[in-house]
Amino acid sequence: MCLAIPALVKSIDGSEAEVEIGGVSRRASLMLTPEARVGDYVLLHTGYAINVVNQEEAEETLRLLEEMARGAVDEEEA
Amino acid sequence: MKFVDEFRRSELAQGLIRSIQQHSTKRARLMEFCGGHTVAIMKHGIRQLLPATIEMLSGPGCPVCVTDNADIDKAIALARIPGVILPTFGDMIRVPGSRSSLQEVKADGTDVRIVYSTLDALQIARENPSKSVIFLGIGFETTAPTVAASVLQAEQEGMRNYYVISLHKLCPPVIKALLDSGEVKVSGLICPGHVSAIVGSKSWEFIARDYGIPCVVSGFEPLDILQCVYMLVLQIEQAESKVEIAYRRGVGPEGNQRALELMYRVFEPCSARWRGMGLVPDSGLRLSKAYQCFDAELAFEFDPGPAFEPKGCICGEVLRAVKTPRDCKLFGTVCTPASPVGPCMVSSEGSCAAYYIYGAAGE
Repeated sequence: MCLAIPALVKSIDGSEAEVEIGGVSRRASLMLTPEARVGDYVLLHTGYAINVVNQEEAEETLRLLEEMARGAVDEEEA
Repeated sequence: MKFVDEFRRSELAQGLIRSIQQHSTKRARLMEFCGGHTVAIMKHGIRQLLPATIEMLSGPGCPVCVTDNADIDKAIALARIPGVILPTFGDMIRVPGSRSSLQEVKADGTDVRIVYSTLDALQIARENPSKSVIFLGIGFETTAPTVAASVLQAEQEGMRNYYVISLHKLCPPVIKALLDSGEVKVSGLICPGHVSAIVGSKSWEFIARDYGIPCVVSGFEPLDILQCVYMLVLQIEQAESKVEIAYRRGVGPEGNQRALELMYRVFEPCSARWRGMGLVPDSGLRLSKAYQCFDAELAFEFDPGPAFEPKGCICGEVLRAVKTPRDCKLFGTVCTPASPVGPCMVSSEGSCAAYYIYGAAGE
């Protein structure tokens, strides 16, 4: 029910946007995220963008997990 | 980066699983509040990947499942009023009320429609000016702002035929009620990702502070959940209780202030009845005074009749995490996704449906 999926903002017209999810285009409301810009990923929930995805945080999380994966392997091999 | 496959990489999952195994020495009972997490955990087989020290419990975070029978009866009674079109989200129409479901009354000619969004419900209202369109609004803080947005849009367009039944529910008050009941002992809480996207991670601080329970907000991909479990394990091992975020790309401490502002402009907190939990103070949302003209319950006269629960169904106990779906005599025999008795088997994110579809034998 609280499912929200990342969607790429392709164009913006007032408080509406055209977004793309896995190659499929659809309309979305930006009423809850007026700060969204073309090129952003938003979390799309029932036709509304509920947040802008923070790309830097995503990269930082993955970097941390990559480090952990290497560390866990090193510890096991040690 | 598309923010999906990157968070499903198996070598990173293996790193997290090894780290969890290395650090987890104390017994831990972790509750995922959100039904979306229940499904993700079952679907990806995460329970089977965790060490024996960790026990996973499913909480009441499925809006369809926690909707009380009396409220479903109310929606059915409103849908049956001549000239009414009742749009709602998909899962809701199959949930049995006391005597029938919205799907059954639809088969009798009542105009019940499944919509993906309140934007679709508004469009139905525009296209049917002679009909009354009553949107059945269910969902937590993630969804309520989208319903608030539809009310504001209807107001702006001067629509006179758009109404809402507000069965929205708020998560922090029900988690408090669950913990206060003392029925369930939880050593760590997997906090809901998209509710937190709206309310902010700081909404869970009272749990860490007042109940001493570690809280970590999680996303819905397997790496998100494993990272969340890892962070909870570290807090438990170090005897800490604080609020952390394992889903920083989607959630911040403050949430979405704009969404909260719209939600509290249109709605105000009220007591709400939860299946399995009873009446929980300030855990629901009703239309605020300025927007009462959109409240279907005030605009129409209707008689839902007396409410009663299906015999033998233990959805209430499953929702309180005191029993699991496998404790139910009806599970998988009388009650299946094709012919559900209780709501936890109807909803795609109900515990019973998740156990039925993804559960390993005997688990």
